[in-house]
Amino acid sequence: MVQQDFQRRMPEASRDLRKPVGFWQRIHIDIPLLFGLFALTAYGLIVLYSASGETKFYVQRQAVFIALGYVAMFTAAQFKMSFLQRWSPWFYLGGVGLLALVLVMGSGAKGAQRWLSLGGFRFQPSEVIKLAVPMMVASYLGARVLPPSFKHIVISLMIVGLPTVLILEQPDLGTSLLIAASGLIGLFFSGLRWRYILGAAFLALMSAWPMWQFVLRDYQKQRILTMFNPEADKLGAGWNIIQSKTAIGSGGIYGKGWMNGTQSQLNFLPESHTDFIIAVLAEEFGLLGVLLLLLIYLFILGRGLLIASRAQSSFNRILAGCITFTFFVYIFVNIGMVTGLLPVVGVPLPLVSHGGTAIVTLLTGFGLLMAISTERRKVSI
Amino acid sequence: MSEHLRFKDHYNEARIFFRRAIIVAGLIIALVIMLIARLYTLQVVEYQTYVTQSDRNRVQVQPLPPTRGLIYDRRGELLAENRPSYTLSIVKEQVESLDATLRLIRQLVDISDDELEDFDKRLKRPKRRRRPYEPIPLRYLLDEEEIAKIAVNEYRLKGVVVEAQLVRYYPQMDLFAHNVGYVGRINERELKALDSEEYALYNGTDSIGKIGLEKQYETLLLGEVGYQQVETNARGRVLRVLERTDPTPGENLKLFLDAQLQRKAVSALGGRRGAVVAIEIASGGVLAMVSAPSYDPNLFVTGISFKNYKALNESPDLPLFNRAIQGGYPPGSTLKPMLALGGLEANIIDEHYSVRDPGYYQLEGEERRYRDWKKRGHGHRIALKQAVAESCDVYYYDLAFRMGIDRMHSFGDKFGLGERTGVDVPSERSGLWPSRQWKRGVRGLPWFPGDSLNMGIGQGFVLTTPLQLASMTATMASKGVRRQPRLVQRVGEEELPDKASQVVNASEKNWALVMDAMEEVVHGQRGTAKSIARKANFRMGGKTGTAQVVGIAQDAEYDSEALAERQRDHALFVGYAPADDPKIAVAVIVENGEKSSSAAKIARVLFDEYLLHGQLDGDLPEDAEQNTAAYIGDDAVEVGR
Repeated sequence: MVQQDFQRRMPEASRDLRKPVGFWQRIHIDIPLLFGLFALTAYGLIVLYSASGETKFYVQRQAVFIALGYVAMFTAAQFKMSFLQRWSPWFYLGGVGLLALVLVMGSGAKGAQRWLSLGGFRFQPSEVIKLAVPMMVASYLGARVLPPSFKHIVISLMIVGLPTVLILEQPDLGTSLLIAASGLIGLFFSGLRWRYILGAAFLALMSAWPMWQFVLRDYQKQRILTMFNPEADKLGAGWNIIQSKTAIGSGGIYGKGWMNGTQSQLNFLPESHTDFIIAVLAEEFGLLGVLLLLLIYLFILGRGLLIASRAQSSFNRILAGCITFTFFVYIFVNIGMVTGLLPVVGVPLPLVSHGGTAIVTLLTGFGLLMAISTERRKVSI
Repeated sequence: MSEHLRFKDHYNEARIFFRRAIIVAGLIIALVIMLIARLYTLQVVEYQTYVTQSDRNRVQVQPLPPTRGLIYDRRGELLAENRPSYTLSIVKEQVESLDATLRLIRQLVDISDDELEDFDKRLKRPKRRRRPYEPIPLRYLLDEEEIAKIAVNEYRLKGVVVEAQLVRYYPQMDLFAHNVGYVGRINERELKALDSEEYALYNGTDSIGKIGLEKQYETLLLGEVGYQQVETNARGRVLRVLERTDPTPGENLKLFLDAQLQRKAVSALGGRRGAVVAIEIASGGVLAMVSAPSYDPNLFVTGISFKNYKALNESPDLPLFNRAIQGGYPPGSTLKPMLALGGLEANIIDEHYSVRDPGYYQLEGEERRYRDWKKRGHGHRIALKQAVAESCDVYYYDLAFRMGIDRMHSFGDKFGLGERTGVDVPSERSGLWPSRQWKRGVRGLPWFPGDSLNMGIGQGFVLTTPLQLASMTATMASKGVRRQPRLVQRVGEEELPDKASQVVNASEKNWALVMDAMEEVVHGQRGTAKSIARKANFRMGGKTGTAQVVGIAQDAEYDSEALAERQRDHALFVGYAPADDPKIAVAVIVENGEKSSSAAKIARVLFDEYLLHGQLDGDLPEDAEQNTAAYIGDDAVEVGR
């Protein structure tokens, strides 16, 4: 068996061994990925300047956080993957512990508890868990024989479920969905058999009807209906969607020009510098501007998947896959929400929306991708 | 295939991953195409629609504020209603020069600096808190002449609107200020406390319940905001209503309070400071709750002037202070029947047990004499009935000493002393029902026997609110059933349930003994409240009390004459009637009333009114429904229309 394994690995390994180790690989930087991120953050700052009403305050703040994020990314890229795999469970347990702490003693804005104060420093544990869950899932599944057996699937589901429920309690629906997605995709990447996937889908469909009929109360149903039809709620969430659709639609193909978006500049557009920033972009730079943004995103996503499939161990592959896919979920949910395709959940447009901690977390995630992509090939027998 | 036969097959795992990655890449591309299709629809296919819409954003959503629920007393008399009033507002987005416009308005209409400052604050509210094209109120309560002046100058006042609004009005003036409370304009702090969902409810409404029932039942009274989607021209004038959802008016409240009884209580107080609480025993409903002096809540509705507020706030009579639920008074002898029951139940005393009262009581081995209120004492063989009827202090010193703090504390606990009654008026205080732990924790001292003696006559550390005393009396009168006192009987059509529990299970005999003694207080030859029994065609039970003053406002400055008046004892009375089948329980405190009979007389007035005239519940007037539905949003007057 060992013999066979050795033979199977050899062609790949020997090819890599021939490659010389370059400067960028030595400092663990993946040049194409870095290029994509630079393009994205620069584009984001330009849009943010307009979206925040031409004030430098938000842009400066954002720039500081982006710089911090790159430092965090560079630092994360230096870690050895074997080290990360070993420490993932502790990182995960720490994150879950902090989440529980938030529920007990956290402070929050607008009735939701999300923040933890540590000696004058405010901090959002759900950001930590955004990286901890993929790491834990990857570390757990990476150490098993894949595709995962039923027992390992159940344990993985528990790993994902615990923080999801804790964040749902805060309550923060958007983030808990992201966390769930980031863990479940790990299972998918690990080769979860189709019969399980189809079975789960079937069960979900079957239980939806009785849930609706017998379990949910009227006001809960109402809330779900409003979520899927935000325009029914004209003064609350629906108002935002009406305004953002107007902003996007009136941008046309070429846009109204930078800082000329009437919807965003005249304050019709709510949250224009955070969750709804894509509407500003669409209004001022038009369909072409949005396509450019999507192109940059696709480039980063493609590079991420490439890094993932070239990675050496299952841990590396699954982790890289999770990080990449979660990044996409952000993009899709945000744009879908702002264009009125999806219900309104508070998810920022990654690396473009204003918001410090999210940027640092996302870039740290890309740091891990770089660590994976630049890992030196092992010659193991 | 069992687990231990499987090995990690790295090559195979990499292959699986690669296949899955291809699937994910496909999924990503499919979803991105979907997003692009959506953007294409919005930006290319429906481009014209949105350009038109965005062209000065002609389509606006306007909130339609709901009508606030009305508040009635038990007979259907109105305690809080809404009246139309005209408000001058400015739509900032339509004004060319705000300064010039404000200058012009000030030439036409009186606008105080206070009002200007408030306007400024509202103007500077953060972006997300203010909808564009939302009129910002500048001046409330315009009169006819002012409306006319603005209308004539309309051509010079772009962006200035006069709107009709419903404004809260309290027709009973100062009679229910402490119970019903008042609404006032929402301030910054209250705004920050609202989450975005709640915030949406206050669209178009700029007042919120500040105190009293208005605050407690805010969400029910408020109702639900409606909206209309309108098309406007470039000047913001409404051309067409595209869509409309009517607001849902707030719920009406029907109270247990009886305006007639309340009026009687106020007039019986005769201008003295104090508090009166009457509770309907069967329901726990509060029939009257007076805190005197009071104030006119209408002053607060559209913003009280600084001068008026200062006068109210700095008055030594504390009109803003709700004595009935916040005033902590030593209960004095009004506690005695309750303590006697405790003594009986603990078998410390029985009906025959008696003490000798030489006019003072001494603890063994102590010099100090605890004096009776009657200098020469009540006599040689004072037993339970006489001790209650004549309020013999020495009997209670003895009882308290032998009962001890722990038993006294736990028995008083059952009657809710030292805890909030849970009445549905906010800011209630809990008073103080001391215990060993409390004294060690707060004062850092052990409990001395002398402390027990003081507690035995309702002095010392004990503090109670008038509402607590009334609730305790109701519990006594219903033989141990404690009902949470409440003001609101019905919300809309829904009858609110009462919260009752049997908290004391004393023997029938002991109840009879104590209630008999309380009856003796009023109807006995030497009862301390015998003056109120005159010409009564029903029997009552009760207990008088006097409490030494621990002035609520000792730091205030008085002239010497007033000081002397304010040093007098408070007069207290608790009681219920009719004695054989109690229906109403009452607690009265007359501050510095000196003689407890002055408090007892007020109780008699309430008994008479309630038992002889007042038990019938009125139904809400026929037009109550219509009142609520009267909605004036459509009448918004736009200048120059």
